[in-house]
Amino acid sequence: MKSIYKKPISLNGVHTHYCTGCGHGLVHRLIAEVIDELKIRERTIGIAPVGCAVLAYDYWNFDVTEAAHGRPLAVATGIKRVQPDKIVFTYQGDGDLASIGANETIHAANRGENLTVIFINNGVYGMTGGQMAPTTLMGQKTTTTKLGRDHKLHGFPLPLLDMLKVLDGVCYLERRSLFSPAEVIKAKKAISKSFINQIDGLGFSMVEILSPCPTHWKMSSLECLTWIEKEVTKTYPVERVK
Amino acid sequence: MKRRTLISGNEAFAEAAIRAGCGFYAGYPITPQNELIEYMSRRMIAEGKVFVQAESELASINMIFGASLSGVRCMTSSSSPGISLMQEGISYLAGCELPAVIVNVMRGGPGLGNIAPSQADYFQSTRGGGHGDYRTIVLAPSTVAEIVKLTPLAFELADKYRNVVLLLGDGILGQMMEAVDEDLFDIKTKEYPKPWALRGCEGRAPQSIKSLYLAPGALEEVNLRLEAKYNQIREEEVRYQELIDKNTRVVLVAYGTVARLCRGVIRKLRSENINVGLFRPITLWPFPNQRLSEISKTVKKFLVLEMSTGQMIDDVRIVLDRSAEIEFLGRTGGSIFSEDEIIAKIKKMLKIK
Repeated sequence: MKSIYKKPISLNGVHTHYCTGCGHGLVHRLIAEVIDELKIRERTIGIAPVGCAVLAYDYWNFDVTEAAHGRPLAVATGIKRVQPDKIVFTYQGDGDLASIGANETIHAANRGENLTVIFINNGVYGMTGGQMAPTTLMGQKTTTTKLGRDHKLHGFPLPLLDMLKVLDGVCYLERRSLFSPAEVIKAKKAISKSFINQIDGLGFSMVEILSPCPTHWKMSSLECLTWIEKEVTKTYPVERVK
Repeated sequence: MKRRTLISGNEAFAEAAIRAGCGFYAGYPITPQNELIEYMSRRMIAEGKVFVQAESELASINMIFGASLSGVRCMTSSSSPGISLMQEGISYLAGCELPAVIVNVMRGGPGLGNIAPSQADYFQSTRGGGHGDYRTIVLAPSTVAEIVKLTPLAFELADKYRNVVLLLGDGILGQMMEAVDEDLFDIKTKEYPKPWALRGCEGRAPQSIKSLYLAPGALEEVNLRLEAKYNQIREEEVRYQELIDKNTRVVLVAYGTVARLCRGVIRKLRSENINVGLFRPITLWPFPNQRLSEISKTVKKFLVLEMSTGQMIDDVRIVLDRSAEIEFLGRTGGSIFSEDEIIAKIKKMLKIK
């Protein structure tokens, strides 16, 4: 009998700590499927962030290191420069990549480091209880924007991919989401391309994924997906940015 | 006659690191250590090794984290304000037990301070400026030749103990050029296997590097294991130099550049038949507690000299015999001693007019 669905070898068979309806587990799996398909598991080194995905090294079945909050791309630079034959990727949330680590992100991109970045944008700080992220939408309520994000107090949602687009060192930027099965397939294709770019030595590739956070958005899993499709994509359109 | 080469302290750190097998260097410019990063930018690339000019000291130390977990000998360098920025990364290196060598060419502080020589980062270096229960080994050379000797040792100790090793200099030591025997640069170091390094899981089970231990008691267990390692370092790695004999009336306690100044003072005073000795810690952590304590059973006058308002003196005071008299002479904010002011202080202690 032909097997059509199974656990990727790159994923450990363990329960994750993620909330029901969270996007992290799904993206972990997409990455694992891509790594299996590209047959790079034994030469891949992943970098887990500080934030909800901090325990990612327990979920992936390949070498993974932690990094301080915001510093994965500096750590990745160190690894890739001394092990150019390895496939090195970072997995980072919006706070990690676009706030505390924005400087590391910009400069790794600008150096054209041959790395893959998976950027999970769910618009809140999940691990710490749902505070405002740099990507929180205008008017969106969080535990530190109780009346909704107001640009006079909190500034605007950070368009990080559009900022990186102008850098010569950047090879590939794409924003995808998880709001429908078709979108999940497109997200996987983008992840796959970002790894193939690295294998081909093309330089810095980043895939941003609009991901649901039912716990802190205070919505059902399904409501989250509708919210992403109808609202989040107005500020962050799903498209190839570069 | 031996061939000698004229080289600055900053460049000596760099060349000795390359000879000791440093495969990765990342740094950010800051005075007074710019000669080091500039030298590395030329020589590392010429040697086929990796040099990265980082966007900040935060990035430098985390690039070091990445190179170190890859199993490669690595180094960064900076001066006081930049080292402050690295403290988070040093804490992570300690928690993950990753070897790294960090050069601090100290300058005046606090804040932006100035770019003149200082020893005011003693507390930060020996107590740990980052968070958590950890220790870094701290080596304090006092001449350019000693930089060439201690830099390879720093790489060996880092690998042996999977620990951060700080090489602590100051603006004088970094900028000063001295003639050094060329054969000192014939450096061979002991290599240690690194089965913990992340190099991809081909032929073995996947591994991770982490400092996060959430389960009750798990972090305590890790910290106690680290403490056992630190205790081994305390037992085995203490280094110091002493110029003391049975007629010594005052022991000067100083490290680095100040110890070098003291040697001139000692020569002058001995020509006046005033026997003054020197105790120079080479490892500031682990501090040579035991030996200093023994000395204070026979010599009863101690003068601690630092280019700070008094930091190492805390470590000296705690180990000296109760009967010993201890005095302090410090210059701070980038000012340095004259031999005359040290001599005047010693004569006052000995009641010599």
